[in-house]
Amino acid sequence: MRYDLTDDQEFFRETARRFIETEVPISTVREWHDLAEGCPQNWWRSAAELGWTSLLVPENLGGGSISDRPIVDLSIVADEMGRGITPGPFMPTNVVADTIARSGNPAQQTLLEEVVSGQAMLAWAVNEPDGLHLDNNFATHATPTNGGYTIAGTKVAVEAAAQAHHLLVTATAPNGLAQFLLPTNTVGLTITPQESLDLGRRFAQVQLEGVQVGTDALVGSPGAPTEADVCRQRNIMVLLQCADNAGAASKVLEFTVEYAFDRYSFGRPLASYQALKHRFADMKMWAEASCAAVDGAADALAAGQAEAQMISVAKSYVGDYSVELMHECVQMHGGIGVTYDHDLHLYLRRATVNRGLFGTPSDHRAQLSQMLGY
Amino acid sequence: MTMTDQFIYTEPDPLELAEYREQVQTWMNENMPKRDPLNPWHPSEDDNERSSRNRELQRRLHDAGFAAVCYPKEYGGQSLTVAHQRIIDDVSEGFDMPILFSAPTLSIIGPILLEFGTEEQKQRYIPRFIRGDDLWVQFMSEPSGGSDLAGALTRADKDGDSFVINGSKIWSTFAQRSDFALMLARTNWEVPKHRGLTMFIVPIHQPGIEIHTIKMADGTDEFCQEYFNDLLVPAENVVGKVDDGWTVATRLLFHERAAVGGASPYTQGKMRQRRADSLEDLAVLAAKEPVGDAGNRRQQLGRLETLNRVHRLLSDRVVRGIKGGHLPGPAGSLVRLFHGLVGVEQASVNMDLYGQQALVWDEGASVGDHGVRFVQRQAACIGGGTTEMARNIISERILGMPRELATDKELPFNQVPRNG
Ligand SMILES: Cc1cc2nc3c(=O)[nH]c(=O)nc-3n(C[C@H](O)[C@H](O)[C@H](O)COP(=O)(O)OP(=O)(O)OC[C@H]3O[C@@H](n4cnc5c(N)ncnc54)[C@H](O)[C@@H]3O)c2cc1C
Repeated sequence: MRYDLTDDQEFFRETARRFIETEVPISTVREWHDLAEGCPQNWWRSAAELGWTSLLVPENLGGGSISDRPIVDLSIVADEMGRGITPGPFMPTNVVADTIARSGNPAQQTLLEEVVSGQAMLAWAVNEPDGLHLDNNFATHATPTNGGYTIAGTKVAVEAAAQAHHLLVTATAPNGLAQFLLPTNTVGLTITPQESLDLGRRFAQVQLEGVQVGTDALVGSPGAPTEADVCRQRNIMVLLQCADNAGAASKVLEFTVEYAFDRYSFGRPLASYQALKHRFADMKMWAEASCAAVDGAADALAAGQAEAQMISVAKSYVGDYSVELMHECVQMHGGIGVTYDHDLHLYLRRATVNRGLFGTPSDHRAQLSQMLGY
Repeated sequence: MTMTDQFIYTEPDPLELAEYREQVQTWMNENMPKRDPLNPWHPSEDDNERSSRNRELQRRLHDAGFAAVCYPKEYGGQSLTVAHQRIIDDVSEGFDMPILFSAPTLSIIGPILLEFGTEEQKQRYIPRFIRGDDLWVQFMSEPSGGSDLAGALTRADKDGDSFVINGSKIWSTFAQRSDFALMLARTNWEVPKHRGLTMFIVPIHQPGIEIHTIKMADGTDEFCQEYFNDLLVPAENVVGKVDDGWTVATRLLFHERAAVGGASPYTQGKMRQRRADSLEDLAVLAAKEPVGDAGNRRQQLGRLETLNRVHRLLSDRVVRGIKGGHLPGPAGSLVRLFHGLVGVEQASVNMDLYGQQALVWDEGASVGDHGVRFVQRQAACIGGGTTEMARNIISERILGMPRELATDKELPFNQVPRNG
């Protein structure tokens, strides 16, 4: 959680927390694990009513934010969702909505009304089977045809693909990257649900076989403008992953500290043993530093300054330390910490997925070094 | 009083700041010596040269109005905001700065004088060190122990208008070339340890003080030990109240954590010791004389850059958190702990990036300093209060966990068991 929220942002944050605590306590999160769709559509609509899908959409397109730094507003929700391991296609829907709002054509932008109201979900088909594409080198190809393109390729780990109404597909075209907004019932498009470490969010494989589209499916102009869009999408995605993990790590630390006060061994609480106190001190530092890294990344994105660098700093730090913190908290719990009934593994599962998708901490360290010139 | 009472945190107009940045940049380009990235420290310099170079640079900053800008105007500062100081820090990255003045003089001693000093003490001492005339040092740690600062054994006995000091202080950094010290001594032995201490201002070079340098593991002799033999200190040199020195010491530790952690608004330039801590410097070197596997090197540099940036962000966050009441005052320990761990990482990565040159080098080459520094690595986790003490503070005063057992708290100090 940030320490510099405005009154409006603080109210927004508090509302999000109360909504999560009453509507999706962890017992509900567990029930939803059995839902193929991940979360009930009507719940998503009530989340949207709180503004969760409108922040990056400008007012003239039906959206609206809490402050003049919508990216920061968005990270507030991600942090709270991380605390609650709250399901829902929050990340891809907002990332794709942002690009449609910035680069989409008027027809595409009419879709945003349904996104803002929570009726439509969006997915970003970008990851491919061979992993990371920080270099924007995608095997999925868009070949120009008469009046349009044929798209072929395979995308994996696409969050919410099976629930979304539209997919944003990132592909390589002759003159650089191109992105297409496709209804999920487009001919030639096959969506197959995948299994995931994260039991709350839904992922799928997207197969594109000779998908024929007109140029009106293009979002933005191929080449440099689209590359800039893709970078921004990735930056926002990583910011949200990091905010999610920082919120989750803070929450896990809170309940583990409580446990250390309540659990007695040799006639005294665990919290009285210096060996453990020192490990808790390290964890508190990791949690605060993770939040600080998220603050810095969100500020950089909001200001449009050194975004990619600060995003890589955040992923490099938060990716590693949030997950490390959770493993330490498992250790502090003893045997109960490695059971299915305890919530710890739910946090670890989600945080581990956030850590690994869109670049591991090592990928981002290498990226950071390269950005700085070596 | 809190740390934030003393300086200005409001965000000035961005345009004004941009102009200020330009002013500082122009002035630095014309007036401050450039740091050589391949040889950023001054290996051949002796203590004397180091002291005069720092004093001279501080004077230059002062004369141009860029010294200690967060200090109040009436004591020689500029009454500017923390944002202004941060700009100076950023811009000064490529230049030689009077780092010796940053800590403890400007970032620890100064705030204590501002907070507890009499008007006369403030007028007399503060403008002098901002101008580069005096360097200060802390006489806190003793041979009997540093973590348990309140267990100090150095005695100060009242005699008319003066105190007579006997005992010894140790690990005082650069005392041999400094001018004044802030010293904690025991004025009352009949009361529990925290209630019988007093803080004094002590001119260093005078009869009654014998200074010995101590050779450190890295071969330098920055450390000093002082012996006091019936040293006379006038009563007007008491800072705060007699027997209330622990109140002052607590604030001193607070400022020390902020300074060591990089959260102090009073340091000038990035807190860097003699040796290169700058990633840019390392990067220049790594590119020029690459050692080992490129992928591995990128990982190490990326990790270091990450830690350094998160360090700064954490320090900003903690300052904001304390100010907004989200975090208690002792949260400075989070930054102190982070700093120690970054220092360890930095020393380790440096050595690896320099490869065997850091282990065996041509006669006179300074690159061996990186190996030597690795040997001295833990200093970052000891000086300014150890990382164990920081962890105690975080767990007890931020997380509220039970305090460590202390048997000496309520005992009159003369009945407390000592080192065997
Ligand atoms: C580079 C450097 C510069 C310094 N500059 C100055 C200076 O200018 N002025 C000055 O006065 N001092 C200075 N010091 C001294 C420094 O403050 C002390 O070394 C430090 O406070 C530790 O005290 P000590 O050395 O007596 O170790 P001790 O207090 O004896 O501690 C020894 C070990 O035991 C651990 N320990 C002690 N008590 C506890 C506890 N309750 N719980 C857990 N662990 C504990 C410590 O963390 C440490 O690891 C400097 C030190 C260094 C390294």
